[in-house]
Amino acid sequence: MRLDPRLTIARSETLMLGSLGLLAFLGLWSGIAASGYVPRSFLPAPWEMVARFTHLLTNPFVGFTLPQHLASSLGRYAMGFGLAAVVGIPLGLMMGWFRWLDDMVTPVFDALRFIAPIAWVPFAALWFGTGIGGPVMIIFSGAFPPCVINAYRGARYVERHLIEAAEMLGTGSFRMITEVLLPASIPSIVAGLRVAAGLGWQSLVGAELIVASSGVGYMMVQGQSAVSTTTVMSGMMAIGIVGVLIDAALRSFERSVRRSRGLD
Amino acid sequence: MKTLLKIEAGAKLARPEHPLGGALVSRGSLIGLGTVGVLLATWYVLTMVTGTIDTGRFPSPDDVWVAANQVVIKGYANGRLHIHILHSLKLVAMGFLFAIAVGVPLGLLMGWSSRAEALINPIFLLVRPVPPLAWIPLAILWLGLGDSAKVMVIFFAAFVPAVINTYAAVRNISSPIVEAARMLGTPRTALVLEVLVPAALPSIFTGLRLALQASWTTLVAAELVGAVAGLGRILNVAQQDLYPGMILVAMIWVAILGWSTTRLLAAIEERALPWLVVRG
Repeated sequence: MRLDPRLTIARSETLMLGSLGLLAFLGLWSGIAASGYVPRSFLPAPWEMVARFTHLLTNPFVGFTLPQHLASSLGRYAMGFGLAAVVGIPLGLMMGWFRWLDDMVTPVFDALRFIAPIAWVPFAALWFGTGIGGPVMIIFSGAFPPCVINAYRGARYVERHLIEAAEMLGTGSFRMITEVLLPASIPSIVAGLRVAAGLGWQSLVGAELIVASSGVGYMMVQGQSAVSTTTVMSGMMAIGIVGVLIDAALRSFERSVRRSRGLD
Repeated sequence: MKTLLKIEAGAKLARPEHPLGGALVSRGSLIGLGTVGVLLATWYVLTMVTGTIDTGRFPSPDDVWVAANQVVIKGYANGRLHIHILHSLKLVAMGFLFAIAVGVPLGLLMGWSSRAEALINPIFLLVRPVPPLAWIPLAILWLGLGDSAKVMVIFFAAFVPAVINTYAAVRNISSPIVEAARMLGTPRTALVLEVLVPAALPSIFTGLRLALQASWTTLVAAELVGAVAGLGRILNVAQQDLYPGMILVAMIWVAILGWSTTRLLAAIEERALPWLVVRG
């Protein structure tokens, strides 16, 4: 090992080493699973997991197929995330403009920030039930802070001369927020949405493990009580794939926003 | 090193001119205190005087006081408050410390050696998209409802931010520093201990802070799914008992512990990085 951060290696070597690492990982996993040292129900082989995954795509488990579970999860997710954006972004922008609002909300916000979104689960279940409302509230509480914080930061760091010019023209508070602060904060808001999307997706999984009667998280809990490791792993795989897709979609959205504004 | 200084504080000056003006520093905190006071008073009035809020859904201040006393003195969910707190703290400490003991060296290795990075990165990319909470059912299948399953899940939660930020820290060390040290004939161990590690520490600490937050979230989730003791256990039992006062007490303690461990980490960071404090 050479201690030089600048040392780079050829692309072909990266590719070779990368596949070597992956093969070693999968080989070790398959080897342990096939050796019989640990029960198959404990550690299934990779191919068994994939077989179960494809099986679940068309065959129902606890009432629904995997795509149906995913659809139900995504529906909740869209509601919670959408609500967080619709409430959080205007609040953040207004906090960036009205100092009194900033002074009022920030202490409350700071106090609530240290409560992990998952700790809201009991109240969410008590207030909104375990169907749709409860999980939506947990997703909301995960996705809300980044929406507020980034809209607020965006509004606070707007170039001063834009505000001064608008003020000189007699712009009122409402138009200042919608026509000056909002457009200028879009890059920051979009970056916040990406963070919020990730946190919301995580919170969804947690919420569904505890308080739901459908969805991928629910499927995994049921798989766990049925001691079906392959079902649990298929759920993890589905969650990982959807998480990557959501992040990729928002990443490309963020890039196109930045490019259209000449920031990249 | 200049780029590592926290310059965000200075950027606050760029705040847009405010309708109210920004002359008084204390005015803001007064409004903040006032808001918190008004909220608490409203809470008291709505739950205990007018009864607008159903105390079966959200507790009154009185309920919270009773619940806090009960859990401290008599105990709730198989134990008194300090037992639950120590239990949760122990699990977070174990998972977190284990994760940074493995994650930080791995991040350093991946940052320094392109070969190690090429070898490990694909495996990492395969595991990373799975959110820490999604490991909970698998951890329970493998290790049961005991402490080891929780430590495993917290480990996964804290491991990823520890590796990523350490890796990024080493990658972002400016090469003139390394080259200058080399030119002066710095031996290898000194290069690592006196140049690379100090230069990477600020970003490593950022990773540790994220890892700590992830640890707490994951602990609460894991204890909610099933536990014999801990703050999540109190939440879980209180939810089943429909006991809103106790739910709120447990939530407040989750926040207090999250806050105080973050403060502890910040204090360690200040001691470990005295030069940033001096210059900042």
